[in-house]
Amino acid sequence: MALELRNVTKRVGAQLHIKETSLVLEPGHFNVLLGATGSGKTSLIKMMAGLDPIASGQVLMDGQDVTALSTQKRNISLVHQFFINYPHMTVYENIASPLKVAGMAKSEIEGRVEEAADILQLRPMLHRRPHELSGGQQQRTALARAIAKESRAVFLDEPLANLDYKLREELRDQLPELFAGRGAVVVYATSEPEEALLLGGKTALMQDGRVTQFGTTADIYRNPDNVAAARVFSDPPINTAPIVKQGTTARLGNNVSWSLTGAAADLADGPYTIAIRPYHVLPVATPLTTVQLSGQVQVTELSGSESSAHFDMGLDSDHGSWVSLSAGVHPYEVGEHHDFYMDPSAAYVFAPDGSRVA
Amino acid sequence: MKTENQKAWFFVLPVLLLVAFNALIPMMTVVNYSVQETFGDNVFFWQGLDWFQQILRSDRFHAALGRQFMFTFLILIIEIPLGIAIALSMPRKGFWVPVCLVLMALPMLIPWNVVGAMWNIFTLPDIGLLGYFLNHTLGINYDMTQDPVAAWITIVTMDVWHWTSLVVLLSYAGLVSIPDAYYQAAKIDGASNWAVFRFIQLPKMKTVLTIAILLRFMDSFNIYTEPFVLTGGGPGNSTTLLSIDLVKIALGQFDLGPAAAMSLIYFAITLLVSWLFYTVMTKDDQN
Repeated sequence: MALELRNVTKRVGAQLHIKETSLVLEPGHFNVLLGATGSGKTSLIKMMAGLDPIASGQVLMDGQDVTALSTQKRNISLVHQFFINYPHMTVYENIASPLKVAGMAKSEIEGRVEEAADILQLRPMLHRRPHELSGGQQQRTALARAIAKESRAVFLDEPLANLDYKLREELRDQLPELFAGRGAVVVYATSEPEEALLLGGKTALMQDGRVTQFGTTADIYRNPDNVAAARVFSDPPINTAPIVKQGTTARLGNNVSWSLTGAAADLADGPYTIAIRPYHVLPVATPLTTVQLSGQVQVTELSGSESSAHFDMGLDSDHGSWVSLSAGVHPYEVGEHHDFYMDPSAAYVFAPDGSRVA
Repeated sequence: MKTENQKAWFFVLPVLLLVAFNALIPMMTVVNYSVQETFGDNVFFWQGLDWFQQILRSDRFHAALGRQFMFTFLILIIEIPLGIAIALSMPRKGFWVPVCLVLMALPMLIPWNVVGAMWNIFTLPDIGLLGYFLNHTLGINYDMTQDPVAAWITIVTMDVWHWTSLVVLLSYAGLVSIPDAYYQAAKIDGASNWAVFRFIQLPKMKTVLTIAILLRFMDSFNIYTEPFVLTGGGPGNSTTLLSIDLVKIALGQFDLGPAAAMSLIYFAITLLVSWLFYTVMTKDDQN
């Protein structure tokens, strides 16, 4: 079973909401759609599910064209960000509902529901109604329905977004094993890069209604194809700045320069954009972080045992302030000028058109 | 330390006075009449429960009560499903929503006696639009002033025309409050249109439907103006509903004692049936 999109587009009025997109999603691992709110993740899922009309292109399941097939007949599951369960049915009836509709025998329904309930620890709640459950239990009920159905494709649209922190972590750890070995294509939409990395599998980066890059999650994280992809897949946001290359020297603004090595050294002279992750910009010089930067500290955050500082180097609004992320508790004072050091070998280099060149 | 005093009673006083003057005191007057006989001049004779016994044993009352139940049963069995069906087929968004809502609200805005007069003229065999069409164009013998069946058809059709909108609007309000996500979930489960109606739309409409059924029951059970203007209870006594009969006894025959007793019985029946409806329809929620 594979789910394939061939040049699909979606139109809302005269506007192209989803620009020509092609993807091949396979079972056996998570397929993450990663993008900011409004980037088109939910639209794409609804198109695959047949809930939203497709302006052009094809959707294929197992090589078979299902573009014209109604949602009812596609044998899929969808778990929403909001906990969608039928309010007047018990947890048992909720999990059983798609099986009942499919006309399955009572004994088989019972077996499947109980299996799903066991996996999601819902046994004691089988005879309660959704409003008597906590948010986490309601979402587990929705997941149990998807599992019991054994559908060909499971769409999880930010299923953890409305859960509190602890539940979210707990459920996220369980998710991959829940669907492992079930043969369904699992599509998981999220706006959090961290979630994509934790879930592994493959990731499609989405921006403004198009997939900007698709591949193995870790691969994409390490090798963004373009500036947009690098921006989407970074939390805190990736630092970018314009540089000018001359010979083997890169110049950032008037005061910062360093010598380029590796592939970057062989590029033609001219303007480029660099992008560098916040943890390659540290408040201290190390053998790797050699290039000194200076800026005014604007915001500081302590999270767990990491310190982050947003500092302003006077870049224009396209690039904004930079972020440094370092281990340990580092005392910054807002408003002070502070020196930071970046590791130039960790910087991605992009051509003016946004494509990655080094 | 909280101060305790009796001030709160003053805040309840206006409501108490209002209810006393527009409900309790007039009702006590009725109770007063129902146990006495008077020939005017403020002379009263104690009758005990005689009038109640007389009413409850009278064939005339049984017949009127039977007609009343028949009428209410007919309009409920037509208006509720029809109202739901219309609400289901109304658009949920776009230009036609306000148009439909206004069209639906129109019949309810017309004064009740005007509705009666309208339908009276509308169905007159010689000059009414519908009456003329049926009798002279289609050749169907249709005259509600002569034929009890025609009178019943007219009176029920009139009520359906007048009040189905109420059911439509209430059901529609219930329908639009259902988030799209439920319809999507049902589609994904593979549910048919019937299943969507049965398991998503109907449960969501349940509360408003309870209200709709109760309102339509009470209103139709107490109906007076429209049939009075339309048929005046005729031909014969064929459309003499309880309220029409009550007014005949009280004002036509000036039998104030029996009329008062009948009012109280009438009231008790309305109350009892409303309570039964409500209890049965909300039974699930209490479990």
